[in-house]
Amino acid sequence: MSRIDVNKTYKLFIGGAFPRSESGRVYEIKGANKKFIANPALASRKDLRDAVVAAKSAQAGWANATAFNRAQILYRIAEIMEGRSEQFVDEICALEGITTKAAKLQVEEAIDTWVWYSGWCDKLSSVTGSLNQVSGPFYNFTTPEPLGVVAIFAENKPSLLGVVRTLAPVLAGGNSAVLIASENFPLPAITLSEALVTSDVPGGVVNILTGKSAELAPWVGSHMEIDGVDVAGLSKKQEEELKLVGADNLKRIFRFNSENHPERILSFMEQKTVWHPIGI
Amino acid sequence: MIIDGSEASLKKFLSDLPPVDQVGAEARAAMLATRSIKTSSKAWAIDMAISMVDLTTLEGADTPGKVKALCAKAVRPDPTDLTVPSVGAICVYNDMVKIARNELDAIGGTDIPVAAVATAFPSGRASRAVKELDTKDAINAGANEIDMVIDRGAFLSGRLGEVFEEIRIIKELCGNKVHLKVILETGELVTYDNVRKASYLAMLAGADFIKTSTGKVAPAATVPVVLVMLEAVRDYFALSGTRIGVKPAGGIRTTKDAIKQLVLVNETAGPDWLNPSLFRIGASALLNDLLMQRMKLRTGHYASANYVTMD
Amino acid sequence: MSGFEYASAPESKAIANIASSYGLFINGKFVDPKKGKSFNTINPATEELLSKIGYADKLDIDLAVKSARSAFTKVWSKMPAKERGKYLYRIARIMQERAREFAVVETLDNGKPIRESRDTDIPLAAAHFFYHAGWADKLEYAGVGNKPKPVGVVGQIIPWNFPLLMLAWKIAPALAAGNTVVLKPAETTPLTALLFAQVCQQAGLPEGVVNIVTGDGITGAALVNHPDINKVAFTGSTEVGKAIARSISATKKSATLELGGKAANLVFDDAAIDEAVEGIVNGIFFNQGHVCCAGSRLLLQENIADEVLEKLKKRMSLIRVGDPMDKNTDLGAINSKEQLNRIHEISSTGDAEGANRWSPECKLPSKGFWYPPTIFTGVSQSHRIAREEIFGPVLSVLTFRTPAEGIEKANNTMYGLSAGIWSDKGSKVLWAAKQLKAGVIWSNTFNKFDPASPFGGYKESGWGREGGRHGLAGYLTSDAKVSK
Repeated sequence: MSRIDVNKTYKLFIGGAFPRSESGRVYEIKGANKKFIANPALASRKDLRDAVVAAKSAQAGWANATAFNRAQILYRIAEIMEGRSEQFVDEICALEGITTKAAKLQVEEAIDTWVWYSGWCDKLSSVTGSLNQVSGPFYNFTTPEPLGVVAIFAENKPSLLGVVRTLAPVLAGGNSAVLIASENFPLPAITLSEALVTSDVPGGVVNILTGKSAELAPWVGSHMEIDGVDVAGLSKKQEEELKLVGADNLKRIFRFNSENHPERILSFMEQKTVWHPIGI
Repeated sequence: MIIDGSEASLKKFLSDLPPVDQVGAEARAAMLATRSIKTSSKAWAIDMAISMVDLTTLEGADTPGKVKALCAKAVRPDPTDLTVPSVGAICVYNDMVKIARNELDAIGGTDIPVAAVATAFPSGRASRAVKELDTKDAINAGANEIDMVIDRGAFLSGRLGEVFEEIRIIKELCGNKVHLKVILETGELVTYDNVRKASYLAMLAGADFIKTSTGKVAPAATVPVVLVMLEAVRDYFALSGTRIGVKPAGGIRTTKDAIKQLVLVNETAGPDWLNPSLFRIGASALLNDLLMQRMKLRTGHYASANYVTMD
Repeated sequence: MSGFEYASAPESKAIANIASSYGLFINGKFVDPKKGKSFNTINPATEELLSKIGYADKLDIDLAVKSARSAFTKVWSKMPAKERGKYLYRIARIMQERAREFAVVETLDNGKPIRESRDTDIPLAAAHFFYHAGWADKLEYAGVGNKPKPVGVVGQIIPWNFPLLMLAWKIAPALAAGNTVVLKPAETTPLTALLFAQVCQQAGLPEGVVNIVTGDGITGAALVNHPDINKVAFTGSTEVGKAIARSISATKKSATLELGGKAANLVFDDAAIDEAVEGIVNGIFFNQGHVCCAGSRLLLQENIADEVLEKLKKRMSLIRVGDPMDKNTDLGAINSKEQLNRIHEISSTGDAEGANRWSPECKLPSKGFWYPPTIFTGVSQSHRIAREEIFGPVLSVLTFRTPAEGIEKANNTMYGLSAGIWSDKGSKVLWAAKQLKAGVIWSNTFNKFDPASPFGGYKESGWGREGGRHGLAGYLTSDAKVSK
């Protein structure tokens, strides 16, 4: 008789731990072959609240780490994912119904995306910051600074790469993240959390919720502790509604194309300009 | 005269002190913390640290039983090894002083001083009269040392004359027989510039020892804070000819921590300060770690907490 | 025991597997030099032989350059940039893994205290590779044009004072920018470069991308003069730097030169004095003063000069000179007999020209090359010890009355590598930074290095920068310059 698999339980990822939804709810995920895979948690607004608390409390430490330290951690995520490639490939194939070859390409691109953004951590202000030549005996410089807590609605597909290319730039900028995975293709996001938790990512810097974006979007939009939002996984209408409500604390809300670009880091950063006189 | 007794002259003296650069001071402290103290120098340091421990209990739940047990530990830290030195002092609340003094005298610890915390320890928030009474009570009960707290509220709001006067008065009550430690509560002073200023203020007002913390507020006796205080006593000695002692308290839990402090003393104020009359360590859990490390040096194996007494 | 004496705390040598001999690293393999010549490398603290090193002559250089060219044309320039970057990441990570081994070998070969190799040299070297790995696929953002190209094959020559770190400063940006290299380590400190060659093998770096050719000044000249290199990168003395500039004057080769210095460390009367004293000590005694950017001229504002000197002398008497492998050693061995003689020669002019020498009492070991930490007071600008780079633990102390005078004295030198400013007043610090003619200015700190921070000098301290965005420029073809 062939061996029975020990199937994985998919829970939320909050504050570096894997709790179930406080609502106790789950929902069914079936693979491309219509077979049952798992019952991931169906996150509630309270889970979102808890995730934001965790993200807020972790953000200052993350922002104050040296850029070199952040870069090393992002690179470490790539190292750990590389080791787990097969696990991701299998999951993506089962979920998206694509070929192993296509899934492998997606996983490789996801890993390389972490490496790319890792390399930006300690170069961003050399490239985008400036010493400004003002008229007068003043030293005047502008540097980018992290925004705070950024919420992300990941796209449906590609199910892993869509998560990584939104998450990596947010972290590279010194922000913490609350990521709402795609409703129909959520599992790679949770498997990614397993890689994050073994990569020295401090607890709370990344939080991942699975569930219905329609349910959570209004709460994200109105949460006054969320500073920025990437709406990749929302419809145009949902985006507009979120922008309306998000105006209450002037959230920075963006939709990006699929390119890796330093602008994705900068969009979730502030720019600080400092003056200081020059004289004896 | 370094200052003429007026608040104006005190303020001028303190503001003329050179500034402390935070990054530089922390770098110096970090470098000294890399000193590798092994074998014979480790053994020497452990015994020196034991003899400098002000073995402390300052809990609301302290009882006579607890204090007596602490006294036994102070006199004979390791009952199975009489080569272990006794500690530097016992440190208790004012109303436990008599119990401590009597117990120590009864068990052969007559040369271990009893230090009492006073002046509305730990907050220092009480009237002048209450602080004086608190001190007198402790001295009458037999305290050999007084660990007073400065008024941080007065310091931070610039009323330096008040802070100075309070210390001067308490020292007057102590006289020559009772030695006064002044707790700066460096965690509340926050900046190294404040620590430097408060150190000088306390020394000018008559402190015999300057002490980092009450142990109730973190951060307490960090290496850079103690560095700044040692620089102050070193420079004060050059200025006045008087050596003032330093006592870090709070957060020094392991032998490694204690040895770092001794290295700091050695390479800042200098070897003259490496004795219990000029350097003490306020601690409770530290003593057992020192004993375990001492055991390891003797036996060559890592020790277990089972082999040191709780108190 | 009277007082707190630190028992010896030696780092174990066991981790360093130094082979009895090494060949040249060409085209991904260790090969014997064609003529079979070799030379010795010794431990300057004990004068013991460490290993026999292959000596590369013109034929070997030719082979190395050919390998580098072939690797450039066939493999490295064709490789997608992000994959190039991954090799550098691998190298960085392996260096981090083998950090202790590198630190011990560096100390044995160079003479610097193990604490310094362990806490400064090796971590910075690994960080340099990690930082530059991230540039490989981002060159269009380096500010050198939007389709920057590598220069090709680079000949690199490095000094003995920070052997592995100087290697990292050269190789990491060169490779990140898409070039291939032939690097010649210093004659007295080849070992960590050879260990690095092993790391390249472990990382699977394509053959010929990095070539290490050990030898002496003649080897270096052969490399500089090889017709098929596109660029020379040199760190060393100003004298040799000028010789290189002359050698390549009639060629199309570009060069970066990182040469000598005689940095002024200015202490103003509003400085944080205790930290300034630390900065002075660090500035000249770190790495035995074998530092191009060493703060070798102390310029004290006259009204605090006595106070600072008294504190400085007390602080200097705490400096522990001795066995570099002891974790508590602060000042290690002088790298070679030759360098020791040079230090003696120049510093004795200090005595001859009327300055006042002072050193704390030190017990110097009987074998090996040693010099105690030394200051000269009563120095004037015209003294040789105020003008010439000594490259040893010798500090010349001068005074100034006004900030302007301090700046004038600081700038009164043909060098311009670095300078230090000690003042608690922000605007004064920025003002002084603006006036000083030096490529690296440290305010209220000294000898701080970071891969993201460009390093290099004005005037005769060299050409170009290393580190940061600005450092990359030297390894990419210029949009504007023409080399006919």
